[in-house]
Amino acid sequence: MNRRTVRRVKSNVMVGIMMAAVIVAVLPLLFILASLLLRGASSLSLAFFTHLPAPAGESGGGVLHAIVGTLIIVGMASLAGIPIGAGAGVYCAEYPGSRLSLVTRFVSDVMNGTPSIVVGVFAWTIIVAPQHHYSALAGSAALAILMIPMVMRTTEELLKLVPNSLREAALALGYARWRTTLSVMLRTALPGIVTGTLLAIARIAGETAPLLFTALGNQYLSFRPNAPMAALPLVVFTYSIGPYEEWHRFAWAAALVLILVVLVLSIAARFATRQRFGATRD
Amino acid sequence: MSTMLDAPPTARTLAPRITVEPRQPVWRSAGNDEPAIEVRDFSFWYGDVQALQGVSFTVPRRAVTALIGPSGCGKSTFLRSVNRMNDLIPETRASGDLIVEGTSVYGSGIDLVAHRQRVGMVFQRPNPFPKSIFDNVAYGPVLNALCAKRDLPELVEQCLRRAALWDEVSDRLDEPATGLSGGQQQRLCIARALGNRPTVLLMDEPCSALDPIATQKIEELIFELKREYTIVIVTHNMQQAARVSDTTGFFDRGGVLVELGETHQIFTNPRQERTEAYITGRFG
Repeated sequence: MNRRTVRRVKSNVMVGIMMAAVIVAVLPLLFILASLLLRGASSLSLAFFTHLPAPAGESGGGVLHAIVGTLIIVGMASLAGIPIGAGAGVYCAEYPGSRLSLVTRFVSDVMNGTPSIVVGVFAWTIIVAPQHHYSALAGSAALAILMIPMVMRTTEELLKLVPNSLREAALALGYARWRTTLSVMLRTALPGIVTGTLLAIARIAGETAPLLFTALGNQYLSFRPNAPMAALPLVVFTYSIGPYEEWHRFAWAAALVLILVVLVLSIAARFATRQRFGATRD
Repeated sequence: MSTMLDAPPTARTLAPRITVEPRQPVWRSAGNDEPAIEVRDFSFWYGDVQALQGVSFTVPRRAVTALIGPSGCGKSTFLRSVNRMNDLIPETRASGDLIVEGTSVYGSGIDLVAHRQRVGMVFQRPNPFPKSIFDNVAYGPVLNALCAKRDLPELVEQCLRRAALWDEVSDRLDEPATGLSGGQQQRLCIARALGNRPTVLLMDEPCSALDPIATQKIEELIFELKREYTIVIVTHNMQQAARVSDTTGFFDRGGVLVELGETHQIFTNPRQERTEAYITGRFG
């Protein structure tokens, strides 16, 4: 074998190894999707989205209460989490050297690694225990706490990617600092921030553990934030450990819906990144 | 063209004809012979490092003043002091006087936003906003309420014409500025600076990232613009200084102004030995 053959064989082997790694990485995801589709899709019907659950033992019914509940809980969490996270991110990016931003960055990194069940217990201690009842609001608070560090770090990292020359250009044109930050820095980083935020929403939408301690779940359609409320992950959890075959099928279907919600959010994130005007290269 | 164009009307926007003439200096009693920029014993520090050592000189109005010198000699520091861009760097301080059109730049009463509108700046690398060509030029005038919305297209056209870019972009004003070539982007940045109707234009090595043809265009443009604007240009290219400037100042290491005089004199008959050594290529 001459040297060129050796080189080609080596190259092919390495590419093969990397392809194998890709397949191993993607395989579990494909299995999950496939089994969800196989077992869940058959239970999906219009009634599944528009009806409340049937009494135990009877067939039919749907998970409207959980879909509405997830939307309300995640919506309230986003309402609180996005502005706080984005605001903190802007602060850390604009005043990177200040002591407050150093502490904030460290704390948010720790928070990002905190198991969500710990956050659930925290929300239970702070909100549920003093109130003596479970509530959707407590669930939203727990999810918001999970969301803030994610949104914050995304905002900060993306603002840091905006070239400093743009800041100088704006200031040299006679922009006040706040205006430079808002209409140049944030504006340029916005598509990325939107993507990161949507991914954060998708992540918290699937959280189960914090909701077990806070929103608890509800068999009925509820719009009251200060009362227990159903959510898709809770339905999956409750139904999958329930005694009825019908419940198991419902759990599969609800899991499929949850995955679809996450999928839609991710696709939306993709669209948001396709900005019309790319940032300057340097 | 988004919501940023909806600036509230002000007295100025009601002016009958739109113009991009430079504004008259606020302080005009002394007439046009008075220098546009006056520097008296001006020093500048980055932390403990002194970048400028008590320089004193004047910049004539409606002429091109080139600042040359080796890297790290303080010429860019000086330029960035004129519109106080150095404020972005922590722990800097200045002493002495730097007076632009009668306003003390480091004085306590200065309105930085208004000052930076009057002193336009063009940077070393073209830095258009990631927006359309039109919006890039309209950005300054709109936010600074210099122009009514209906007059914007005319203002943008005038600025682009002055920057010798109109013929190349007139049919694609809505396209992203980042799609232009480097030379076009730099002329767009000049047009953007003109939109604020500045009296002084600062150029920090405006051609160092451009090819010779784009450089030539910018130089021709500088030659045109000096009829109405006071231009200070920092350049590493001595031929460029000799071509475009009326006055040349030579800075040397340590932030000292060695010599400043008529460009012709500096390049043919320098008074200082260090200047001669630099321009003849014996060092630097």
